[in-house]
Amino acid sequence: MAAPTTPAEIGGIGHSVQRKEDARLIEGQGNFLDDIDLPSTLHMAILRSPLAHARINGIDSSAATALDGVLAVVTGDLMDQHGLAWMPTLSGDTQAVLATDKVRYQGQEVAAVIATDPYIATDALEHIEVDYEELPPITTPQQSLEEGAALIRDEKEGQTDNLAYTWETGDQGATEEAFAQADRVVTLETHYPRSHPAPLETCGIVADVNSVTGQATIYMTSQAPHAHRTLFAMVAGLPEQNIRIVSPDIGGGFGNKVPIYPGYVVATAASLLIGQPVKWVESRTENLISTGFARDYYMKGELAVTDEGRILGLRVNMLSDQGAFYSDAQPTQFRAGLFHVVTGSYDFGAAHIDCKGAFTNKAPGGVAYRCSFRITEASYLIERLVQNAAYEVGIDPAEMRLRNFIQPEQFPYETATGFVYDSGDYPTALRTALDEVGYEDLRREQAEARAEGRLIGIGIAHFTEAVGAGPSRTYDIAGLKMIDSAELRVHPTGKAILKLGVKTQGQGHETTFAQIVAEVLGIPANDIKVEHGDTDHTPYGLGTYASRSTPVGGAATAVVARKLADKSKKIAAHLLEAADEDIELASGVFSVAGSPDRSVTIQDVALAAYTNLPEGMEYGLEDVTYYDPPNLTYPYGSYIVVVEVDPDTGVWQVQRMVALDDCGVRINPMIVEGQICGGLTEGFAMSAMQWITFDDDGNCIGANFMDYLVPTAWETPRFELLATEVPSPHHPIGAKGVGESATVGSPAAFVNAVIDALAHLGVRNIDMPVLPDRVWAAIDEAS
Amino acid sequence: MEITVTINGSDHASDVEPRTLLVDHIRRTVGLTGTHVGCDTTSCGACTVLMDGKPVKACTVLAAQADGSEVTTVEGLKTADGLHPVQQAFTDDHGLQCGFCTPGMMLVGASLIAENADPSDDEVRWAISGNLCRCTGYINIVKAIRTAAARVAESSNGS
Repeated sequence: MAAPTTPAEIGGIGHSVQRKEDARLIEGQGNFLDDIDLPSTLHMAILRSPLAHARINGIDSSAATALDGVLAVVTGDLMDQHGLAWMPTLSGDTQAVLATDKVRYQGQEVAAVIATDPYIATDALEHIEVDYEELPPITTPQQSLEEGAALIRDEKEGQTDNLAYTWETGDQGATEEAFAQADRVVTLETHYPRSHPAPLETCGIVADVNSVTGQATIYMTSQAPHAHRTLFAMVAGLPEQNIRIVSPDIGGGFGNKVPIYPGYVVATAASLLIGQPVKWVESRTENLISTGFARDYYMKGELAVTDEGRILGLRVNMLSDQGAFYSDAQPTQFRAGLFHVVTGSYDFGAAHIDCKGAFTNKAPGGVAYRCSFRITEASYLIERLVQNAAYEVGIDPAEMRLRNFIQPEQFPYETATGFVYDSGDYPTALRTALDEVGYEDLRREQAEARAEGRLIGIGIAHFTEAVGAGPSRTYDIAGLKMIDSAELRVHPTGKAILKLGVKTQGQGHETTFAQIVAEVLGIPANDIKVEHGDTDHTPYGLGTYASRSTPVGGAATAVVARKLADKSKKIAAHLLEAADEDIELASGVFSVAGSPDRSVTIQDVALAAYTNLPEGMEYGLEDVTYYDPPNLTYPYGSYIVVVEVDPDTGVWQVQRMVALDDCGVRINPMIVEGQICGGLTEGFAMSAMQWITFDDDGNCIGANFMDYLVPTAWETPRFELLATEVPSPHHPIGAKGVGESATVGSPAAFVNAVIDALAHLGVRNIDMPVLPDRVWAAIDEAS
Repeated sequence: MEITVTINGSDHASDVEPRTLLVDHIRRTVGLTGTHVGCDTTSCGACTVLMDGKPVKACTVLAAQADGSEVTTVEGLKTADGLHPVQQAFTDDHGLQCGFCTPGMMLVGASLIAENADPSDDEVRWAISGNLCRCTGYINIVKAIRTAAARVAESSNGS
């Protein structure tokens, strides 16, 4: 790791500065959505469908409306009168706000009660009578695409089947040629199960529409407040200057707080109609059964390899379960996200990917759960395939990877699916992790254990991510280019305020983004206030998800700080009576080249910016930058997991987990490591326990934290963290983004470890979550 | 019904509906919003408060059940002497990210170190196993609670 260039009291890049956001959070003074309590606030509760597929023949809300304290019951028909019964999704589909014709999944929004008290609103739901005519539910994408399957989206013009989308990439001809030359083809069919981000704070809104002025102040749990403002303007027809979105402290997002949900639209419409603020906060069950799920890809991967273990080509066929509406939160041109990175960290010439998505009677979603748009699925598939290929060829899984890695001198490297990886040194990363874990000794211990009837497994995953969407030529969401922004104002006393288009949900932006400014200008990080989340007070940006804050918003911050550094140098030259080009800036001190005694500080310059300027210069020290990244950034890592499997029960325990991450330059190493530990835990969760399932009637199993198992401190393994640092060559400070690396990379390492323990029995796959009964069944079947 | 609950040392007398949950009473009637609601089913522990010194999940305790008891919320951890050692350790050791689980985690930690001056890694993990965190992977939470315990032990040895 490079040493910091600024002293600790300035706290620039590389310092583990204590977080500025902590002070309010440890004293219970955070301001989360449900903490907002405006005068005269009304409360909303949503009636949801108990059935997965049914026609609505009628809704009788008279008894609910008659209850004391109930102001209104909103139904789809009422929303339809205002043109708001349906809304667009982020993937170009439409989604019902409140059902008018059919319900298409269990938990779908059917009606909403507006009442003076949240208890009364919930009580009133019991008094709404809905006449449902049950229809057969479709609960798998395979059933959905069968001939003669009932049409789920019968309201959609031109829709004659349950196909949501098709997508392909790569070169089919070249791939077939590669397969023709292969000594063998290694195949893996596996399901990446449906999961839910389940941030500890659920989603919610307080909509405050002033019916006289038309001003709509909307407090919402939003990872993308600016994009949401524009979408609100487009969907609801409200003038954008009258919409202010305020995203307060967010209790975790992980992709769950990217989409606009029906409840937001209903609460806003209700506030507009009634003229009072309306608050809606999801229950945990509402969160798990109706808001953005993730994954749910059925994947078949085939790897063409030689007997020497060289990969020649990759073929992938996939089927995704989209639920009732195609509402993946992803860039417009990317129907299956950035699945292109399925070629992984390996140098081979041909790949072809063919993907379809199907509608089912399940909740919609397809959010990027701690993931840069489907990269988690892609990374999982290639790392599972490479490990299996090593077994088939008969070489060590680590050696298999080393033989096929893209080499450091090959960067920038164009993959078979057309992505241009910017930088990396994969062999060093893997070798460093192997040394740390003591790989050769472990393989010996594994062989000895097997002789004693014990099952030890060593799983490797070497992932490459593509994050920081993205370049405007390729990346937009709903037409909005995926740029991001930073506005920096330095006040006369030398203190500053930095305003961001991105929005933290716990990642520590208020600290790390101040450190970027501290690095460039030498203003102490603690003298820089970071403001974000309020669209009236921050410049436009697409928000925080897909690990894009540091790659895009962080770059904007560095660039705007450099603009102010340039102006500051001119002011310093004026104060020092020197030529502009002779001024040097280091850690907040401007000095004259060759005469280090002649110097002024950034604080002197800041005051001069408002009091004593060179002739012709405009007053003030502030600027704004909108950053359009030239490329994505490509963080990577080598993860190694050691497990012991109990052959009698199928229970597996993690013995070691070594995680090496290369996210380029680390702005705040403490925060980076915190992100990695959190991500590893979510990766462990998906591999071991966390999934959303449905029974044949479409009932969601996993509708609360007693059925949807997220790991506690007791199950969570310990992690050993390592780092290398290959800076991104195109990012202004060489950073690459890190918030999602560990969730993307680690599931394959955990699953590969369990498979490795059973590989000698011939076991090649156990679907996630790798539950003990599945492991036991795999052992039983193999022996 | 009439109840009186002592919250962070102050008596709060109120007339509440019998079904009112303690967490709603604390948040909505008393106005202390540091106690959070994460799951409604006693699973996540975001609503943890201390009732007569013991951690309880306030989403499944009725306000009426707290009548006559002493409740400590996150707002009551800090004293005239400054931050509680767990609060200081949580920020020193980066034991929080989004901060939503943090009040509950800190209250469980404070309760643990009041009973066990030197908890092991496993003892801390067991104590907080009723509290979920989605951000940190728990590592720094465990570390922070142990740091706080060590600091408390050190200062009482020194006095």
